[in-house]
Amino acid sequence: MTPEEIKQKGSIVAAKPRLLNDNHMHYCPGCSHGVVHRLIAEVIEEMQVEDNVIGVAPVGCAVFAYNYIDIDWIEAAHGRAPAVATGAKRLNPSRMVFTYQGDGDLAAIGTAETIHAANRGENITIIFINNGIYGMTGGQMAPTTLEGMKTSTTPYGRRADLNGYPLNITPLLAMLPGTCYVSRQSVHTAVAVRKAKAAIKKAFTSSLAGKGTSVIEIVSTCSSGWKMSPAKANEWMEKNMFGHYPPGDLKDTTND
Amino acid sequence: MEEEKNEVKLMKGNEAIAHAAIRYGVDGYFGYPITPQSEILETLEELMPWETTGMVVLQAESEIAAINMVYGGASTGKAVMTSSSSPGVSLKQEGISYIAAGELPALIVNVMRGGPGLGTIHPSQSDYFQATKGGGHGDYHLIVLAPSTVQEMADFVATGFDLAFKYRTPAMILADGIVGQMMEKVVLPPFRARLTDEQIAQQRPWAVTGRAGSRGHKNVETTLELEDDKMEEINHRLQATYREIEKNETRFETHYTDDAEYLIVAFGSIARICLKAIEDCRETGLKVGLLRPITLWPFPTEAINELAGRVKGILTVEINAGQMVQDVKLAANGQSPVWHYGRMGGNVPNPTEVTEALISHINQSKE
Repeated sequence: MTPEEIKQKGSIVAAKPRLLNDNHMHYCPGCSHGVVHRLIAEVIEEMQVEDNVIGVAPVGCAVFAYNYIDIDWIEAAHGRAPAVATGAKRLNPSRMVFTYQGDGDLAAIGTAETIHAANRGENITIIFINNGIYGMTGGQMAPTTLEGMKTSTTPYGRRADLNGYPLNITPLLAMLPGTCYVSRQSVHTAVAVRKAKAAIKKAFTSSLAGKGTSVIEIVSTCSSGWKMSPAKANEWMEKNMFGHYPPGDLKDTTND
Repeated sequence: MEEEKNEVKLMKGNEAIAHAAIRYGVDGYFGYPITPQSEILETLEELMPWETTGMVVLQAESEIAAINMVYGGASTGKAVMTSSSSPGVSLKQEGISYIAAGELPALIVNVMRGGPGLGTIHPSQSDYFQATKGGGHGDYHLIVLAPSTVQEMADFVATGFDLAFKYRTPAMILADGIVGQMMEKVVLPPFRARLTDEQIAQQRPWAVTGRAGSRGHKNVETTLELEDDKMEEINHRLQATYREIEKNETRFETHYTDDAEYLIVAFGSIARICLKAIEDCRETGLKVGLLRPITLWPFPTEAINELAGRVKGILTVEINAGQMVQDVKLAANGQSPVWHYGRMGGNVPNPTEVTEALISHINQSKE
């Protein structure tokens, strides 16, 4: 098959989603953000909701998410995305509204906004990128940093007696009656990517249908922050992060 | 809904704000309880406007969440407001900076109480600096309206929103615990319809309505710009808006200034107490006038400068340690002496104290 034949309609088995534009991403090689961005763009296209969606970007590495996915966006202050999304959704109840947040944004500075938006059962989806580190500011300790993990603010490794324990916030959100679908995924293998996409689609569909808050945690790699090659970071994540943050559905009441 | 015209009611200033918000056609209110302004949220919850006008009312988990709900709602082109009192307004400052930077219209009400810290629940005007000099980080201003009556509490909801949408900048009603809590007669404004989503998309093309598909391009509400020249350009645009507001929207009122030998400058509730003091002075032959700034930003600099050229002294009376007095001094520009009298801690000067303070300063200036 020649490249021309492959490009013909019907022969393409994979293509860049139309909503994912050609801007150069600032993400590092091996970073999970790029894959998750693509999945979000694919799901919005498949659901045909690009004319009915508002994304809320965080402060952190994904602060420029609005530069890459061509939908309407609001850029929130650090940690405030669930409150911003609440305002947007309450005043525009027919829109699909989602936040995209990192671990520092969601589980440190924005813990109150996260828990209360979920507890009110706001009909929004929260996409939660958990890579256990602050990427944008240069690799400091995150609330989800594992014990023993070295960061620029825990240079000898995180110690529970000094720095507290890694905050496993997603099961806590699953306990709240306001959440309808809570799932933990990853995007480090082809199988994982397919599962993560299905979870995002289910979350978006459920919050659009008014079933409550959906939370999708993506256990992610940060090869720059972790100071590892992308391949090594994937291995390390499976071996260490999955022990504390095991993938799988934590709650699903969408059919109740 | 039944049209009610010129309906005179007796109510608190805080209640008047709630009624006026519903009647203006506000789309959303987000707030958190704090004394002495909780009646705004309470009245809105009692009136249940979501059943009539469709207005959203939500008690947030914090003042920080409330102002960010305002940011989210305002980004979508809706008329959105919040209210709080001094410590709560301090918490909102980050969000207010974002709203100003994002060139978003919104209304913030501060019913001031005494500080610093937890302070007191009693009235104060000690947030003048915070309200008029920006308050949060970065170079920005709010349009600041200072009501002195319950009627103005009601009227300034419309004034604040109209100005906020005209200039795409947040406005603040800077009230105090007196005007928030006291009951007076008030004529409530007529009901106005909320804008439809189609009207918002048409009149506010910047709004993040979620309709990128049919619009043909995405709308993004962001306050981040890492290229220095572009960020400077954004700052220049904001400053140009502020100069335009200064030119067009400075509001104040004067009493007895035509023949005044001395001038009192006071805003909000204390201006009414000063007017009584001025009338007492005039009965004894002392010719005193009053200038009451209605907008604290933009400040009536020109009017005070003009009066400073023909009076023998200016007394600024505030319920604080002396904040607006700095702007009065700048406005007077050395043409006449500028004095300050104020009380703190929740205490409010009475007319006799104001008169005595004025006479004391006059006597000292003659020594």
